[in-house]
Amino acid sequence: MTLSINRRDFVLGTAATSALALAGRRGFAAEPLKIGFVYVGPVGDFGWTHGHDQGRKAIEKALGGEVKTTFVESVSEGPDAERVIRQLASGGNKLIFTTSFGFMNSTVRVAKQFPDVKFEHATGYMTAPNLSVYNARFYEGRAICGTIAGHMTKSGIIGYVGSFPIPEVVMGINAVALAARKVRPDIKVKVIWVNSWYDPGKESDAAKALIDQGVDIMSQHTDSPAPLQTAETRGIYGFGQASNMKAYAPKAQLTAILDVWGGYYVQRAKDVIDGTWKSQSIWWGLKEGMVQMAPYGDAVPDNVRKAADAVRDGIIAGTSHPFAGPIKNQAGEVKVADGQTISDGDLQKMDWYVEGVEA
Amino acid sequence: MTIATMGLILLTIISAATPLLFAALGELITEKSGVLNLGVEGMMLAGAVTGFAVAVTTGSSTLGVLAGTLAGCAMAFVFGVLTLTLAANQVATGLALTIFGIGLSALVGSGFVGIPVTPLPKLAIPGLSDLPIIGPLLFGHDALVYLSIAATAAVAWFLKRSRAGMILRAVGESDLSAHSIGYNVIAVRYYAVLFGGAMSGLGGAFLSLSYTPMWAEGMTAGRGWISLALVVFAAWRPWWVLFGAYLFGGVTILQLYAQGAGGGAGGFGIPSQVMSMLPYLATVLVLTIIAAGPWKARFDAPACLGKPFRPAT
Repeated sequence: MTLSINRRDFVLGTAATSALALAGRRGFAAEPLKIGFVYVGPVGDFGWTHGHDQGRKAIEKALGGEVKTTFVESVSEGPDAERVIRQLASGGNKLIFTTSFGFMNSTVRVAKQFPDVKFEHATGYMTAPNLSVYNARFYEGRAICGTIAGHMTKSGIIGYVGSFPIPEVVMGINAVALAARKVRPDIKVKVIWVNSWYDPGKESDAAKALIDQGVDIMSQHTDSPAPLQTAETRGIYGFGQASNMKAYAPKAQLTAILDVWGGYYVQRAKDVIDGTWKSQSIWWGLKEGMVQMAPYGDAVPDNVRKAADAVRDGIIAGTSHPFAGPIKNQAGEVKVADGQTISDGDLQKMDWYVEGVEA
Repeated sequence: MTIATMGLILLTIISAATPLLFAALGELITEKSGVLNLGVEGMMLAGAVTGFAVAVTTGSSTLGVLAGTLAGCAMAFVFGVLTLTLAANQVATGLALTIFGIGLSALVGSGFVGIPVTPLPKLAIPGLSDLPIIGPLLFGHDALVYLSIAATAAVAWFLKRSRAGMILRAVGESDLSAHSIGYNVIAVRYYAVLFGGAMSGLGGAFLSLSYTPMWAEGMTAGRGWISLALVVFAAWRPWWVLFGAYLFGGVTILQLYAQGAGGGAGGFGIPSQVMSMLPYLATVLVLTIIAAGPWKARFDAPACLGKPFRPAT
């Protein structure tokens, strides 16, 4: 018996087979998600930008072939930033991370022009339907550092190499001062501003100036290991910033505040791939693992480690807050009453210093 | 402010001024020969990264310093070929050299981030270095600081009192006359450019091996440009370069101390941003005085500065 296929059946059969084949392919041959990163400093700064790049690498590790990441580093916070962001957006990147406060206006403008691209802005406060902001509660880490400093300072003066007097930096200084003064009420925090996020020579000079003026514990809100390195050379202690700086200061580093962006970044990349991404404004800290502390240095005695652990556990459990009242400013006025806690909004606008800070 | 604190401040000022001094002395010789090399920042960075890389790989800071010097030399050689042999525009080539140096150093240095290195050893003469205040001030620096002062003296002697220095100055003031007497203008300028590159590289190596013993991208942070200004500020005189470097370094450091010294709101009530501007304002002020005063003619640049040499033959 011959098998005869008439034309109608042949055409229907071919169509059905092709549809099946094409449907199957669409499932796993989706284009990889292109993700762009805009960094304010060099990846080699061993600080802020380094931390974000670690986050980018975490995305690549977790999601492999589903994503394709690119980054542009050392983008200055000005008109050039807008050009870079726009270039990434028009280059097919569907998720763009802009990792510095100063990129805010540029990100907002480009987000308006590319409504189908998702933007994530670090440490900002302006959102849009396709623009999310994220920040980390570094002040929680500062409170732990302040506790350790309070126990370990002999001269009673803590040094702070500051970058710019923006709320982010101000709240860090205040958190250290408040925590240290809980241990020793007469502690002073001296701040020198270098007016740059990253200038190893100047940071080193500022650290030397602080040490010459009696400081024996060094903190910083700048991005290079220079202040801690200077502390090591001069035989005092200090804290690492944004990454574990033990390699530069094996004896001096008491602990370091680590920026851990990987978890959040992987989550957001997955959200875009799954189509569940929504604009939000998050501010995570020790509890969510976005802020972590480096292991204690050998110089930290057991009782101080216990005290620091207690502060950390209290913050994670929610039983203590680095900015719980009463808090007085430099002029002695009560800014946060006893029993109250400062609000997130007030923190993000903070432009005053607590008692004991010389800035 | 106690004497002891003043001693400490002076110590910091001297280290801060040393890279500026090295680079400015090198650029001074280059400009005295009539070549304007704007690539100082790039050459300093090349010196910094090469010095650091070699010090980390071989374990010897001395080799690192030598390597940094040679790296600056190599960058300057490229500049020399373009501007002296090919008679390209010196300003544009110098700027291109800066950008090239910044990028190349970042590329080479990317593998060396996060690696600490032992800084250059400081001089320690048993009796003398322990004297209070003047001990560390005069006898407690590392070798490069003393070298920088010796270099100033050497450059001054060279320009004023040696035949070779006179030939250099002649080439810078009137290249055609020097050429017609029989001096090889291009060769003299090559030597000057190479020396300038070597000194810039040395200044950069000092930064990455002694001042802040680490590699960080862009770590010169504009010091190359300051050195260029210092040469003009010093009216092309070596001892004035020393004075200018220490003045600039001094104001930079002092404003940091002033911030920390005053208690309460911001030192002497002056915002830190204004304090940061002071060194640059001081430089601009002195430059204006030099350019505008009746003494202007004595402080003019070498007559052939920036002009390519094209003999008629």
